[in-house]
Amino acid sequence: MKKTVLVIGGGIAGMTAAARLADLGISTVILEKEGEAGGHLRQWDRLFPTRRPGRDVLDYLSQDLNGKADIRLGAMIEEIRKETGEFILTLQSGETLRGDAILFATGFELFDARKKEEYGYGIYDNVITSAELEAVFQSGRPLMTDQGFPPKRVGFVHCVGSRDEKVGNLYCSKVCCVTGVKQAIEIREMYPDAEVFGFYMDLRMFDRFFEELYFEAQQKWDIKFLRGRMSECAENQDHTILLKLEDTLTSRPLKMTVDLLVLLVGFVSSAETLRLATMLGVGIGEDRFLVPEDMHIRAHTTKVPGVFLAGAVKGPSCIPNVIADAAAAAMRIHQYLVHS
Amino acid sequence: MVDFGYTAHYDRQIDFDRNDKRVLEHLKQHEPSVLTCIACGGCTATCTAGHFTGFNIRLVQTLLRRGEIEPVKQEIGKCMLCGKCQLVCPRGVHMRNMILAIQTAITKLK
Repeated sequence: MKKTVLVIGGGIAGMTAAARLADLGISTVILEKEGEAGGHLRQWDRLFPTRRPGRDVLDYLSQDLNGKADIRLGAMIEEIRKETGEFILTLQSGETLRGDAILFATGFELFDARKKEEYGYGIYDNVITSAELEAVFQSGRPLMTDQGFPPKRVGFVHCVGSRDEKVGNLYCSKVCCVTGVKQAIEIREMYPDAEVFGFYMDLRMFDRFFEELYFEAQQKWDIKFLRGRMSECAENQDHTILLKLEDTLTSRPLKMTVDLLVLLVGFVSSAETLRLATMLGVGIGEDRFLVPEDMHIRAHTTKVPGVFLAGAVKGPSCIPNVIADAAAAAMRIHQYLVHS
Repeated sequence: MVDFGYTAHYDRQIDFDRNDKRVLEHLKQHEPSVLTCIACGGCTATCTAGHFTGFNIRLVQTLLRRGEIEPVKQEIGKCMLCGKCQLVCPRGVHMRNMILAIQTAITKLK
């Protein structure tokens, strides 16, 4: 009898895993809470480190999956139960689905920047998040301050909601560094006369071609990187933002004014992921991301037989790693279904 | 006059908006490789002058980027142009030319 996997989440991980499972002869149902598949990728204009359109990857994933999975859009899960080797999933619509395995591909949410009140997001006019900046790029409109002027000086604050005990997130969100470098370059492309600053603690250019992008940002685009964690921001009467931080490379306090401040928001686990994980008994880490059976050698299985993990539900990750991880998860699920 | 022990302290804060960027602009034109500095301190660790004086070329160059010109004027003459810093720089900054360009810019400003 043909086996069925219930894939929770229709982002990069869910779409990839479902396509690979279909290739292995396993049927899948993707449960996506939004009205469209693609997850956060839908909100990306261009991707790091190459600055290719995010649409390229999304189109590839859609074509790869085309017709291979039963995709339920706007699907809100009420309950999941495990009964004698079978999972029974009830949707809020009242519909019941049955599956032989569950794949958590629920990804992440962005850190709520209002929690870092000292940066003034939601209080000052010209403080925006990296996601909002990406939306401006995607819209094709020119970037403007809230008062309708092209910004002459833009600052990027790194590690907003990451590596910060004060918001309960000790972990690094990994991709914000390179996102900040990419977006800084894009602002200079849009406004060649604008000055762009990055305020960082470390710049973690961990993957292939990231360091090269950082080098390009310095050499070709004259992006100015200042080491020091942003301490506080205040709004001037003209709605520009006054920044205060320690310039740790000179051991001196520093102040400067910017027209626009961009907060590079990190990854957080979603409340819905935690609710479903708790319901099924899947382990939750101190960082609130889900815990695999063994982080090195059993990275896709959990302590609950039949429940699998793929992608950023296990912590901050980037597109190539999520695609590879989801394909590997499909292999693990196949192995499990063949032997059960 | 009675000495009450009070002194006036100058403001240590770098006021980036008001600082003088002219030396930096000259440097960027004449030795653009400085833009790629990652402040690793390799130059300073190997610096001959730095072994005998408080000369810290990594710091001098960083202060210059912030528009803090006074300490740069005071310090830059300590370099002996031996060029060891250039040999160790992982970003390929042309250190000797950088120092000469800084000196030229400072002389011009006088």
